[in-house]
Amino acid sequence: MAFYVVQFLTGLASAASLFLVASGLSIIFGVTRIVNFAHGAFYMIGAYIAFTLTERFSGAFGFWGGVVMAALAVALIGVLVEMVLLRRIYHAPELFQLLGTFGLTLMVEDLVVLIWGPDDLVGRRAPGFKGAVDFFGQNIPSYDLFLIVLGPVVLGILWLLFQRTRWGVLVRAATQDRDMVAALGVNQKWLFTSVFAVGVFLAALGGALQIPRDAVHHAMDLRIIVEVFVVVVIGGLGSIVGAFVAAVLVSELNAFGILIFPKISIILVFLVMAAVLIVRPWGLFGKPEAAARKTPGLSVNPWRPLTSNERLASLAALVIAALLPLFAGNYALTVGSEIAIFVIFAVSLHFLMSVGGLASFGHAAYFGLGAYGVAFLAKMAGLPMIVCLLLGPLLGCMGAAVFGFFAVQLSGVYFAMLTLAFAQIVWSIAFQWVSVTGGDNGILGVWPASWAASPSHFYWLALGVAALVTIALRIAVFSPFGYALRATRDSLLRSEAVGINAKRIQWTAFVIAGTTAGIGGALFAYLKGSVFPDNLGISLSVDALVMVLLGGVETVSGGVIGAIVYKALNIWLVSQTDLSKLVLGGFIVLIVVVFPKGIVGMLEMLAQRRRKSPPPGSSLLAKPIESAE
Amino acid sequence: MSLAPPLLAVEGLTKSYGGIHAVRGVSFSLRSGEILALIGPNGAGKSTCFDMLNGQNRPDSGHVRLLGEETTGKKPREIWRMGVGRTFQITATFATMTVRENVQVALISHRKQLFDLWGSAPNVDRSEAGRLLELVGMGGYADRPCGELAYGDLKRLELAVALANDPKLLLMDEPTAGMAPRERVELMRLTAQIANEKSIGVLFTEHDMDVVFEHADRIIVLNRGTLIAEGSPAEVRGNPQVQAIYLGEGLLYEGGHREGASA
Repeated sequence: MAFYVVQFLTGLASAASLFLVASGLSIIFGVTRIVNFAHGAFYMIGAYIAFTLTERFSGAFGFWGGVVMAALAVALIGVLVEMVLLRRIYHAPELFQLLGTFGLTLMVEDLVVLIWGPDDLVGRRAPGFKGAVDFFGQNIPSYDLFLIVLGPVVLGILWLLFQRTRWGVLVRAATQDRDMVAALGVNQKWLFTSVFAVGVFLAALGGALQIPRDAVHHAMDLRIIVEVFVVVVIGGLGSIVGAFVAAVLVSELNAFGILIFPKISIILVFLVMAAVLIVRPWGLFGKPEAAARKTPGLSVNPWRPLTSNERLASLAALVIAALLPLFAGNYALTVGSEIAIFVIFAVSLHFLMSVGGLASFGHAAYFGLGAYGVAFLAKMAGLPMIVCLLLGPLLGCMGAAVFGFFAVQLSGVYFAMLTLAFAQIVWSIAFQWVSVTGGDNGILGVWPASWAASPSHFYWLALGVAALVTIALRIAVFSPFGYALRATRDSLLRSEAVGINAKRIQWTAFVIAGTTAGIGGALFAYLKGSVFPDNLGISLSVDALVMVLLGGVETVSGGVIGAIVYKALNIWLVSQTDLSKLVLGGFIVLIVVVFPKGIVGMLEMLAQRRRKSPPPGSSLLAKPIESAE
Repeated sequence: MSLAPPLLAVEGLTKSYGGIHAVRGVSFSLRSGEILALIGPNGAGKSTCFDMLNGQNRPDSGHVRLLGEETTGKKPREIWRMGVGRTFQITATFATMTVRENVQVALISHRKQLFDLWGSAPNVDRSEAGRLLELVGMGGYADRPCGELAYGDLKRLELAVALANDPKLLLMDEPTAGMAPRERVELMRLTAQIANEKSIGVLFTEHDMDVVFEHADRIIVLNRGTLIAEGSPAEVRGNPQVQAIYLGEGLLYEGGHREGASA
């Protein structure tokens, strides 16, 4: 019995940090509507800076002072980030904000390694809480007891802050209707900045307080951000009480899940999250989100099928690409195959995102499932390559059918977070279920059959499949189904009012996109000759998002261009520098701020400007002529 | 009198939110080709009533029947499939698609081709879509992006979309809200003409009494959730209870138009 009580208390102690970080994310989201992906990065920097400060200054004051100073320092960094980056993208679609803050996360990951080195850092114990308390023969670290008390204390302080101060009233008002608050003459800029600072402070404090419990390392950002997403989704975005309850719930599930299902403990949490989302999509303590005020007059160029000239040009580009083996070496061909595979991956997500308006943050799950599908069939069943290629993607299809069913019940950021969570489930299965998946060691020796073994043959195969997939999806965009899908994206209300079962249409699109991604994954397994959990990891999901956004989300063919440019750049960068994440992250931030319409979108805009607008100076002259036509 | 069930029969419709009775025991019916206005002051229960007819909201009790068939508890899309078209108070259209594509989506749905992945949507019922757009006077706008339209044109587009499944009944929630006076008259005249030609029943809510008295064949009046009057425009106008609700204002309607009153 005592053992379970101790386990329960350990869970409560873990909840403290999680609550601090989650409440920060929730507060920031409530006011600015930004889902701050970089929140995990701030948590991590908090831990690193606190480590340095507590090592430098001795004594109790040195420790506690160091922790608080670290949190304050990170809050200052947060203010800087808010003023330089976020202020530029508040009015961008929420996707861009997630992406921009993800870019920051990537940069921070390389920066901390650059400053503090790649090794785990073990900090010192908290003065005054070094020992353990005996509880019926079981030991509880006294620091854990401190954390257990700290959680509710912080909750109370936040409650007072929001209920009893003028600033708190403004924040609550802005959470309900920020346009109204701005209209009442509140300086929104500084309100946002201060809210962001408070949120980041909480995240960094959460990180700093973890030092006595856990080593500091450069991957702690992604681990916490996924848990925090789960917490705010369960608790309800924007609710601090919800964040507290959910943090306790998640921590306890982790603490007891380890006892009951040691191999797949992480799944338990995600199952609870999926259950909550189905019953209360806006979380236990959240409120259904009122639709944000949209700026009317959306001016998007209507999509149209390619003209015959454009078709010829695309065909010519394909023929030129097919001629590559005549003059390129093996390395270039392997790179070419990889790019072709990523074109498949990118167009599959593009279909879901651009046509369906569903931004999946876990699309790699289906790519990876396709790859694992091939690996299972080839290694365990010993099937020939062609059969594996045909059947492997079905695993991606099945995964998309199951997860997609739940995911399409939600929309917007909730959809993004649920898909991310599902991808993490798949990843943790691949990682933890060693007997089947080989865990971290992956499955090796998935080699192509002799007819596809040479780099040039494999390149042609990948190119051919990529071309077919791209064409098929383009046909789908302009099919009745494509129209229906766009209709559900533009207006759920209207599509339901003309008899469209929107959820079913979106689910179908999700399955199509997942299966297509699985095709890419299947080829990828053969290209690499192996499959690893990384093939369905977060960073691959984000790669896909970047490719789509880089190409242009409002375009029909952005995915293709985005994949080619991004992948080529990525491969080149990795070969040139050790700091590829830093450069890539900076690049992503740049796209978000400077080219929100992507490459294809920008080209279209330029082309249209040339077509439509007369040269400057002659506009007065041009008008009467136009109307005379 | 024929024994066939009326196009729309509403019986004892009731809905309350907490302790507030939004709608209490409302009953009325509507014949094919008839234009029925549902009026009442703010908070009378018009919108609640309307939402229960089109499936957005479930009544606590009562029945809605379309040609004798129960629609209570059905989803909006199922009610649409039974032949009910609708327009919204605040227009809902597919903003990134062209005007024609908006209509084509409704036609695709009507033809049950929603899951056709191979066909060419731009060619689906192109002429039928064009005909519908001509009908509402939007023929010249077919290739315009819907997001660029003026508000009055959006309302007309909604009407074209609502007509795409050859509806038996049109539900129009404040069809002329936010329109200029001349546009209002045009839109309602158009609606009346279409309803007449195709023998479609029309139920609409409206705040503009000019529009109501000019175009409705019959009027029902809601106040505080209950139906207090029903009859021809002349009868309703003369009803003292209705006049009491629209205190003062009602007197101005005598003679069929009002002077100097703003909407």
